Amino acid sequence: METIRDVDPMIPKPFRVQQVRQETPDTFTLELVSANGGGDFRFAPGQFNMLYVFGVGEIPISISGNPDARRSLVHTTRAVGTVTKAMRKLRRGGMLGVRGPYGTQWPVEEAEGNDVVFVAGGIGLAPLRPAMYRVLSHREKYGKVVLLYGTRSPSDILYRKELEHWRARFDLEVFVTVDRAQRPWRGNVGVVTNLIPKAPFDPSSVVAMVCGPEVMMRFTVLELEKRGVQHSNIYLSMERNMKCGIGQCGHCQFGPEFVCKDGPVFPYTRIGHLLPKWEI
Amino acid sequence: MERIEYSAIETLLQVLKRRDYVTLAPILREGAIIYDEVENASQLPRAFVDVQAAGSYRVERREDNAYFGHHVGPTTWKKFLFPPLFELFRVIRTASGFRIEGDANSENHDTVPQHKYAFIGVRPCDVQALALNDKVFQNGPYVDRAYKVRRESMFVVAVNCTEAGGTCFCDSMGTGPKANGGYDLCLTELTGDDEGFFLLEVGSERGADVAKELPSRPADPSERERAVEAIQRARTSMGRTLQTDRLREMLADNLDHPEWDNVARRCLTCANCTMVCPTCFCSTVEDVTDLTGATARRVRTWDSCFTLEFSYIHGGSIRSTPKSRYRQWMTHKLSRWVDQFGEYGCVGCGRCITWCPVGIDLTEVARAIRERQHSSITLQEEV
Repeated sequence: METIRDVDPMIPKPFRVQQVRQETPDTFTLELVSANGGGDFRFAPGQFNMLYVFGVGEIPISISGNPDARRSLVHTTRAVGTVTKAMRKLRRGGMLGVRGPYGTQWPVEEAEGNDVVFVAGGIGLAPLRPAMYRVLSHREKYGKVVLLYGTRSPSDILYRKELEHWRARFDLEVFVTVDRAQRPWRGNVGVVTNLIPKAPFDPSSVVAMVCGPEVMMRFTVLELEKRGVQHSNIYLSMERNMKCGIGQCGHCQFGPEFVCKDGPVFPYTRIGHLLPKWEI
Repeated sequence: MERIEYSAIETLLQVLKRRDYVTLAPILREGAIIYDEVENASQLPRAFVDVQAAGSYRVERREDNAYFGHHVGPTTWKKFLFPPLFELFRVIRTASGFRIEGDANSENHDTVPQHKYAFIGVRPCDVQALALNDKVFQNGPYVDRAYKVRRESMFVVAVNCTEAGGTCFCDSMGTGPKANGGYDLCLTELTGDDEGFFLLEVGSERGADVAKELPSRPADPSERERAVEAIQRARTSMGRTLQTDRLREMLADNLDHPEWDNVARRCLTCANCTMVCPTCFCSTVEDVTDLTGATARRVRTWDSCFTLEFSYIHGGSIRSTPKSRYRQWMTHKLSRWVDQFGEYGCVGCGRCITWCPVGIDLTEVARAIRERQHSSITLQEEV
């Protein structure tokens, strides 16, 4: 077997876990800092990193921290696969390899002057959070800002304290719904698309940023259409198998797109025709 | 254009070896003509021909004594530039975490291995395949450095085709049977009643420098004429065509065409077509640890869109049916490649047809889609 050292974009950089936070029973957040010291980590909302666990593997995970707080890198992950389960065992001081950031960004600047609606399904809230931080830090540049978030049950609510804090703001509307609940839950029950008809935004000037399972995103687009939202103002974040993150391994293809470099954030107008097709 | 005699092939090999090239050429091994390192011209599969058809490949003796009287085999040149098994980096466990070797800052940092390759006997379709490999590995925003280092230092001796193979359709793809640049030297082999010879064309300064050392004389007009005719014979004897007019749009617009069901009934999803394709570039990575768990290696291997794992995300594979996997492969080659890289990802070499165990022929699949499409349009017009 041939070997090579010093290859470039496929080689991760070492980072250390600064903090681990258990968000929900199966979801956790890692805050990472460079193990080599120094160096701000710049990224744009919507981008992702490839995270490598020693001897186990590497996976694409969206960045879910504040893009303006560059000293540390925040990733929220659900422990569902081999790599994420190994990642969950990491503690403060533990090490991860990081490559990135990769991919396209949410249209945060393009949306200035308009209303913004974030529609998140489940862990889909994590890739949207950096865009929310950015919008909230320039709050005066936007009209109404609305977050619609659906998750499985009250115990699966991600970033719960932060959501409660956001809900208390007068310049932000937060609506949460769960698929199923028991008392003491007094909030909405049902799918996130149920929240769209009554959501307080102006359909003629709203920019929608949507992230969640593909089926949820398809129905979200239908509901947004019913409100009269222009297709050209809808953006989706796609998920595919990825091995390289740099458009060379071929795994993430979605029609003509490489989700890793042409996405993960796409204007709906670019990929809408592919969404209803089976097994693309 | 110069004429060189058969004996000059040995000289060419030795000149290249003196310049530190690893000389890679066709050789006969285990009943197939493949590409590997050769020391001298006697190792070339002289006087052999590969008889190919859909799902069938046999090497037989030729009547004449041609050096390059065969077509393309199950191996591709890309394996030397984009190796099937390739270590990306090595990670050593330390007291406080791990250290990545391969990081330019680490102590044990090596440089990219300096293999200087000479590819001898590259068919025009495969010359174009190298240009397509470049688009993926070195012309984008991220560069595969190992690929680029080898590509820049390599030497290409192309050989024009004077006979079409049983599954060739390079004429349809515009890649052959005559090489159109992309080589350092290009040979056209002419055989007849007498001992054969080559006509030599120079494609680069590096090529001219090597050509100087070969005994030659200017080709006379009748020899040039014979070469033109021989290449034209290859063109006209090609048994397959692929209509490329609006091919990209046609496939993109027919993702629900019933032909995908037809082909899926035969496709074994064995991935042979992707392994023999000179332009398929998909790869995956594997993590290997030693028994003590002290060292981990990350290895890149060739992968295929025909496997179920290829499209796996949590919960299941996106492409769970053979139908969707065949469709992904073929629409990628003949449609999406154009969107992604500006050209078709197929060079018409016919390997995928020959090496398909059930003889699926992508030119036939494309034709079936085109014909049904046309008839349905006609039907609508009549209504």
